[in-house]
Amino acid sequence: MTPLLQVENLAKFYGPRIGCTDVSLDLYPGEVMGIVGESGSGKSTLLNCLAGHLTPDRGAVRFDTRADGLRDTVTMSEPERRMLSRTDWAFVHQHARDGLRMNVSAGGNVGERLMAVNARHYGAIRDEAIDWLGRVEITEDRIDDRPTAFSGGMQQRLQIARNLVTGPRLVFMDEPTGGLDVSVQARLLDLLRSLVREMNLSAIIVTHDLAVVRLLADRLMVMKDGHVIETGLTDQVLDDPQHAYTQLLVSSVLQV
Amino acid sequence: MSDYNFAYLDEQTKRMIRRAILKGLAIPGYQVPFASREMPMPYGWGTGGVQVSAAVLTPEDTLKVIDQGADDTTNAVSIRRFFEKTAGVQVTEATTDASVIQTRHRIPEQDLRADQILVYQVPIPEPLRFLEPSEVETRKMHSLEEYGLMHVKLYEDISQHGDIATAYAYPVKVEGRYVMDPSPIPKFDNPKLEMAGIQLFGAGREQRIYAIPPYTQVVSLDFDDYPFQASKADHACDLCGAKDSYLDELIVDDQGGRVFMCSDTDYCSTRRAQGHVGAQGSPIQEDAA
Ligand SMILES: [Zn+2]
Repeated sequence: MTPLLQVENLAKFYGPRIGCTDVSLDLYPGEVMGIVGESGSGKSTLLNCLAGHLTPDRGAVRFDTRADGLRDTVTMSEPERRMLSRTDWAFVHQHARDGLRMNVSAGGNVGERLMAVNARHYGAIRDEAIDWLGRVEITEDRIDDRPTAFSGGMQQRLQIARNLVTGPRLVFMDEPTGGLDVSVQARLLDLLRSLVREMNLSAIIVTHDLAVVRLLADRLMVMKDGHVIETGLTDQVLDDPQHAYTQLLVSSVLQV
Repeated sequence: MSDYNFAYLDEQTKRMIRRAILKGLAIPGYQVPFASREMPMPYGWGTGGVQVSAAVLTPEDTLKVIDQGADDTTNAVSIRRFFEKTAGVQVTEATTDASVIQTRHRIPEQDLRADQILVYQVPIPEPLRFLEPSEVETRKMHSLEEYGLMHVKLYEDISQHGDIATAYAYPVKVEGRYVMDPSPIPKFDNPKLEMAGIQLFGAGREQRIYAIPPYTQVVSLDFDDYPFQASKADHACDLCGAKDSYLDELIVDDQGGRVFMCSDTDYCSTRRAQGHVGAQGSPIQEDAA
């Protein structure tokens, strides 16, 4: 089976400082991988390299493109990469305002990716937006409201709808539940889990919250100081951590 | 005359502006940066258009200046006087007699010929600006032809107003490539952007020049189920009876009496001189009294 995403010996440096280094991974279709670590562990740098927001200094990030199979997204042309990022890829930001257009209605936010790939029928775009708002539990009567009128949890659900409307095959998530109230987090996690299952999504989720990966991730990667220090099935890593640092991480979460 | 170089700007500046114009003509609809100069008039008075006109004018030219279709507004009069004084060129109010026409907010009703140049004063040249504030990002969108955002604007229009409410500065795609803001002309004028004359656009404050060469394809953006319509007031000109011209609506008394008249004053007076009379018009001889 061809991996959807294949990362080989990836490294990113900030001057003499290591962002992340020696990262290799295979992500298969329908698989969700969690990347955990403290802030400064390199997990966000890694995610941004994978999503094409940062250019790595070394290594390859191969994506199984529809047309040509595995292609290195680091060396492909910018137009190709940007096309991927608005069709087959999605990126859910921690702060919804980074991923939404706050001065555009909810319907316009969801419709943008459709229009970016040349949808030109207003009625069809609107129907699709209504459908997607419903799937993230936003009622149809809010379609013409701007995200500024939404609660934090609603904004995050809108961001998810906006990202998933083009049926992406790979979703990058950066602390998708960060900054939300605990009860709101739980609802969002349930929603994410059912969407991932329904759409058979592949995803890479970066978080410092082990509860998030416990619920969503099939496999786990633990990072510290820019290095991957432990990988494995999520339950295995969380229930029987091998590396001393992972043991610390797991135990500290148990104390919370 | 000796106080100024011809048309105010020095020759080196005019050459720089001409290079930007030629580049603009070579890449229809593409915004070419240029080093805008201080002009002896405030921004908003068309300093971009004035600099473009200064760069294309020759002593043999005849200049017409219109503002919202009229030759007699303060803005139009002062720009016309400026070039009379600094370039000594002939001026006219007749569209057919002009070789260079500087305009704000209108395209003349009379079809332009291949030997005429239309210069637009542009306030905001970037059509993507209102949704994407980053200059770096809009430049990238143009270079990669990522224009989905333009349709988001039209989508918002329909969702809020039930129809595409954008009536001015209606975005167009030029020669199947660059999306362009045609400056704040009414969308009624958009079909006229495909013409025999040369069209040059100058934005002074934003330091951009762009152009549409003769007979270039210019398509107004729309949706399949909300097609572009070059709308105007559903009325005929009350003075000359024209049914095909863009109309201004004027309140004429306290009782709410209204008059519709051509916004293109030269077009209207030419028709009246030819004997056309609208519903509230009188033959032009009596009118002149
Ligand atoms: Zn008239």
